[in-house]
Amino acid sequence: MSAPKSTGDGAFLQCSNCKKILFTAEFEQLLHVCPHCGFHHRISAQTRIEITFDPGSFEEHDKDLRSGNPLDFPDYTEKREAAEQKTGGFDSVISGIAAIEGRPVSVAVTDFSFMGGSMGSVAGEKITRTLERALERKIPAIIVCASGGARMQEGLLSLMQMAKTTAAAERCARHGVPYFAVFTDPTMAGVLASYASVADVILAEPKVMVGFAGLRVSKQAGVSKVPDDFQTAEFALAHGMIDRVAPRKELRPILATLVKLFGGHLAPAKVKK
Amino acid sequence: MIARDFNEWEKPLRELEEGLAKLRDRIDKERDAASKQEAEKALEELTRRRDNIVAATYSNLSPWENVLVSRAPSRPYALDYISTIFGTFVELQGDRRFGADHAIVGGATSLDGTPVMVVGHQKGRNIQERQLRNFGYARPEGYRKAIRLFDMAERFRMPVITFVDTPGADAGVEAESRGISEAIAASIAKMFELTVPVVSVIIGEGGSGGAIGIAASNRVLMLEHSIYSVIAPEGCAAILWRKPEMGPQAAQALRLTAESAKELGLIEEIIPEPTGGAHRDPVAAAAAVKFALVNHLGQLAKMKPDAVRDSRYDRFRRIGIYS
Repeated sequence: MSAPKSTGDGAFLQCSNCKKILFTAEFEQLLHVCPHCGFHHRISAQTRIEITFDPGSFEEHDKDLRSGNPLDFPDYTEKREAAEQKTGGFDSVISGIAAIEGRPVSVAVTDFSFMGGSMGSVAGEKITRTLERALERKIPAIIVCASGGARMQEGLLSLMQMAKTTAAAERCARHGVPYFAVFTDPTMAGVLASYASVADVILAEPKVMVGFAGLRVSKQAGVSKVPDDFQTAEFALAHGMIDRVAPRKELRPILATLVKLFGGHLAPAKVKK
Repeated sequence: MIARDFNEWEKPLRELEEGLAKLRDRIDKERDAASKQEAEKALEELTRRRDNIVAATYSNLSPWENVLVSRAPSRPYALDYISTIFGTFVELQGDRRFGADHAIVGGATSLDGTPVMVVGHQKGRNIQERQLRNFGYARPEGYRKAIRLFDMAERFRMPVITFVDTPGADAGVEAESRGISEAIAASIAKMFELTVPVVSVIIGEGGSGGAIGIAASNRVLMLEHSIYSVIAPEGCAAILWRKPEMGPQAAQALRLTAESAKELGLIEEIIPEPTGGAHRDPVAAAAAVKFALVNHLGQLAKMKPDAVRDSRYDRFRRIGIYS
């Protein structure tokens, strides 16, 4: 689903889902949720950080990690550079330390607008470091997912990130460090089949895509008829795969409560400034 | 022109094989000494020609041709290796949760007398078996059975061997309903919990998430003509270029051969196949796999349990190319 279209001078937008006109200021205040149809529009990683964590608390880590083109994959360098221009970042994941209601958390947020939020070497490394930082500092981890899956252009290196990130999540689990995932649009394939699905608690925004194979791949494998709600957050909830579907505005309070309830036993390690 | 199909591509070789069989038959029946000698000479000549063609073809496969070989229905499957390499195999079935998946097989057996746990993808050769095995597309129950067997291996201190050979995990509505993604993720996580050694061999198709779901191992080995890929080349072509028929180009770009995986430092060893591929001499192929397994498990057996687990973490922790 595309972003809402700006009309005229930018004071108004058109919802790409219900086509109704929105006030830009109201739309922003509603965290980019359409007041008419309730559609949760995709938001940038930066906006996600602002609406989820305590104001000004986010301190970015590993900002400069950058992929090359290890396989010499056709057009990859150009696509990646265009994504860098578009987003102002070097890859699809932004990570660091933040606070939620005053409690420190290790966080990673995915930017779907960077090559579909795909996971290659850099995204995998940042997710892994996010979980390792949580373990090291004995603070909860929160990862906001928004990805089409593994990044094809890095081939097997991307597939291996599934194992690497899941290994880090397993270490957190083994050492009693809680890890919460938020599925946003979309949470798919190699990301869903790795670190995203092994979180202790999984929340999702309404109507977002959650599934194993993209439709084009499914069709390739001969899947034709699917239920209407197939590969949505609601489908995942109904089939026992996630804990809760929550509107965007409720995510912050729920996460704050989870951090309090599950992180209470941890004595945060002293962090060198 | 690149062959689209393994059968099409192997046709000239098969015709030669048929010619050889006929000649052998004629020699058996031939009474006249001179004619017999002549036929024997022809047999020798034809055999040499066949061997040359086989060696020349297989020593220089394109990535796409490698894909075709890795998927060849005549190629040995997990159960073929299991029955050749190990002692008595006690198959263990069911995930104890929902059902029995036959695209992943597993069980307890022994390697040179040492009890081991074996898990592998299994394809089928005829229509019935292919349906039973779901064409090697494992369902959530397959991964949950694998998790169950990994747990047993840990409790009973059995090294784990996995054989990878899948086009990918099942992406259908039922598999999705029962959490195929969660099953794969949980299986990967379980493998990182284990303190017993785990060695994986990619024997055919190492197809994306379905493959890594049972390959988060201390050592990952690939048979010479197997492939290991983040996505099937046809799927990659469908997504990137909207042209599934551009599989050959995608196969090239994805660098999915054993040689590429080794160059990228993602696997420990390439296991050489008999000339002309594992399907030409399954017994020799199994012997090569066994040799490699004994070697790697022997090295891992010297490590303490915690070190086995930590080194598995470190193995994957290092993977990634960035600046």
